Amino acid sequence: MFDIDLWREIFQSISKNRTRSLLSGFTVTFAILLFTILFGLANGLNNTFSEAFVDDAANAMFIRSGTTTKAHKGMQAGRRVQFRNEDYNYIKTDFDDNVEFITSRIYKNVNASFRNEKNNYSLRAVHPDHQYLEKTKVFQGRYINQRDMDLKTKVVVIGKLVKDDLFLKVDPLGKYINLSGIPYLVVGVFADDGGDDEERLLYMPLSTAQQVYGNNDYIDQINLTYKPDLDYNQAIDFGLDLEKQLKERFLVAPNDQRAVRVFNMAMQNKGINQMTSVLGILILIIGMGTLIAGIVGISNIMIFIVKERTKEIGIRKALGASPKSIVSIILVESIFITTIAGYFGLLLGVGILELVGPNLKTYFITNPSVSISLVLSATLILIGAGSLAGYLPAKKASKIKPIVALRDD
Amino acid sequence: MLEINQLHKSYSIGDSKLHVLKGIDLSVNQGEMVAIMGSSGSGKSTLLNIIGMLDEADEGAYILDQVPIKNLTEKKAAIYRNKFLGFIFQSFNLINYKNALENVALPLYYQGLKRKERQEKARFHLEKVGLLDWETHLPSELSGGQKQRVAIARALASDPKLILADEPTGALDTTTSYDIMAFLQQLNNEGKTILIVTHEEDIAAMCKRIVRLRDGVIMEDKKVTQVRAESHV
Repeated sequence: MFDIDLWREIFQSISKNRTRSLLSGFTVTFAILLFTILFGLANGLNNTFSEAFVDDAANAMFIRSGTTTKAHKGMQAGRRVQFRNEDYNYIKTDFDDNVEFITSRIYKNVNASFRNEKNNYSLRAVHPDHQYLEKTKVFQGRYINQRDMDLKTKVVVIGKLVKDDLFLKVDPLGKYINLSGIPYLVVGVFADDGGDDEERLLYMPLSTAQQVYGNNDYIDQINLTYKPDLDYNQAIDFGLDLEKQLKERFLVAPNDQRAVRVFNMAMQNKGINQMTSVLGILILIIGMGTLIAGIVGISNIMIFIVKERTKEIGIRKALGASPKSIVSIILVESIFITTIAGYFGLLLGVGILELVGPNLKTYFITNPSVSISLVLSATLILIGAGSLAGYLPAKKASKIKPIVALRDD
Repeated sequence: MLEINQLHKSYSIGDSKLHVLKGIDLSVNQGEMVAIMGSSGSGKSTLLNIIGMLDEADEGAYILDQVPIKNLTEKKAAIYRNKFLGFIFQSFNLINYKNALENVALPLYYQGLKRKERQEKARFHLEKVGLLDWETHLPSELSGGQKQRVAIARALASDPKLILADEPTGALDTTTSYDIMAFLQQLNNEGKTILIVTHEEDIAAMCKRIVRLRDGVIMEDKKVTQVRAESHV
C-alpha cells in the first residue's frame, strides 16, 4: 500500500525541518560508520592470523630425530637416532586410528640443469600423501603416486619457480631434468601458497631417493596429519603419546629433548584458536557497544522530536487526524531517515575500509572488510530501536488531548 | 442543531475531585452566533472541549446535528471532528513549516480528498478570506491578522456544521480583532453556526447571544442586539 500523500507529508516534514532530520540521520550514520570500521578492522586482524597459517595443513605433526643428550637403559649419550622405513610403517599401522595422512621425507641438495640453465635446489623425497600435508597445488601434470614408489621410477615434480628458472618457456612435462648427473623425467609442476621458497623445490619418490642416494632405508623426518575429528586436546594427547612410544622404541630417556622431537601444530593452533575467540568476543563487545550507543542516541532524538512536534500533533488531531495517522507519520519519517542514514553510513564505512585497508598491512590488518549482511542487520536493529523509541512517545502523543497539546505555555 | 442536557464534568486532582461543570443545559440553533463568557476557572474551556469532542463529559447528553456524541473511540472522534467542526484558536495554531495553502488544505487531507481537489478547495477558501495572493507564504511571513484569516479558511475548508473559536482575538490588537470579528459575522450571516469563547465584553457584544458561566453553571443566557464590527473599523 503506497500512500503518495503520506510520503508527500513526510518529505515536506523532512525537508522543512532540516536540522532535526540531519541530527537524527547523523547519529545513525555515525553509529553504522563506527560499527563498520571497527568490525572491519577486527576482521582484518583476524584475517592476518588465519593467513599466517595457510601454508601447511593445520592438523600437521612433524617428527624429527637427533642425538641423545642423556644415557638411558645402557645406551650412552650422544648416540644418533636414525628413522627407517620400518618406523614409518610402525606409526602408520600402530596409530592408524589417529593418522589421516603420513609421509616420510628425505632432504637432499641437488645441482639441477636443463639444457644451458642450471641452479641449486632443495630436493624432498616423499610419499604420495605428502601432497595433502603440504597443500601442494599441482597445476600441470601429476604428483608422485604409489606406482612411482613401487617401481622406484626416476621422476620428479618441480616447483613453479624451478620451471621458470630452468625451462624458461619450454613445457617441462615429459622433459628430462639432470639432477647431479642423473636424468629424471618431469611429471608435474606445482604451486604452493607458502611462498617462493616452497616453490623452489623438487619432489621425488622416497623409494627412488633411497636407492639412488646411499641404497639404504634411512629417512630424515616423518610428517603426518591427525584425523580432523580430533579436538585440540585429543590431538595434543595423541602427539604426546606418539612421542612417548617413539622414545621407548629408540631407548631414549623420557626427558630427552633432542633425540626424538614431535612438533604438534595442535599445540600452536590451540593458542591461536584461543586468541581468535578472545578477539571474537572483543569484536562482539565493540559491536554491541557501538550499537547500544547508536540506539541510545536515536532514542533520545526520537523522544525529543515527538516532544517538539506535540503542538503539531495537537493541530493535526483537532483537524481530524486519527491516532493511527499520527503514529504512522512520525514512525515512517523516522524509519525513512534511519534507513537512508544507515545506508549512507554503510557506504561511507565500506568506502573508508576499501580506501585505507591496503595500507594497514604493517599494523597486522589484512583485507579489513565486513559482511554486508552483518551491517544490514545492525542497521535493521537501529531502525527497529529507533522505531520503538519513536513509537512509544508517538503513541503517547497521539493520545494527548489536542487542547492540552495546543495550550499556550 | 446542538443540544446539551445536564452536562457534568469533574477532574480528579490528587485525592480531591474538582467539579468543573455542574449541570449545563444549552441548546444552539442553526445560524446562531453565541459568545460563551466567564472568568478563568468558570468552566468555559472545558465546555468548549466537550463540544469540540476533545474531551468527554462524565454525565449528561450531547447531541450534535442529531448525532449523539457518546463513548467515542479516538478514531470516531477524529472523523466527527473533521466532519462537523472547525476550530479557530487564540494562537492560530498553523503548522509553521507549511505555507498558507497547505495549512488550509490539511483538514481536507484527513478527509481523504485527492490532492488536486484539496488545492482547489483550499484556494477557494483562501480567496474568501482575501489571502489568495499569500498562498505560498509561510505563517512566519504573515501578520497576526493574516494568520488568523488563514486559520479561519482552514476551519471553513472541511465545510463544518459548527465553528468553535477559542479566544480568536486574544492575540490580536483591537483593529485587527474587529476586522476578524467582522469576517466571522459575515460568515454567520451566510448561515454558519459559530461558538466563541471569550472574556472580552466588546467581542461578546458582537455575537447574537451571550452565555455567561460561573463556577460550572450558566448564570445568564440572553439574546443581544448584535454590534456590527464594521462600525468600529
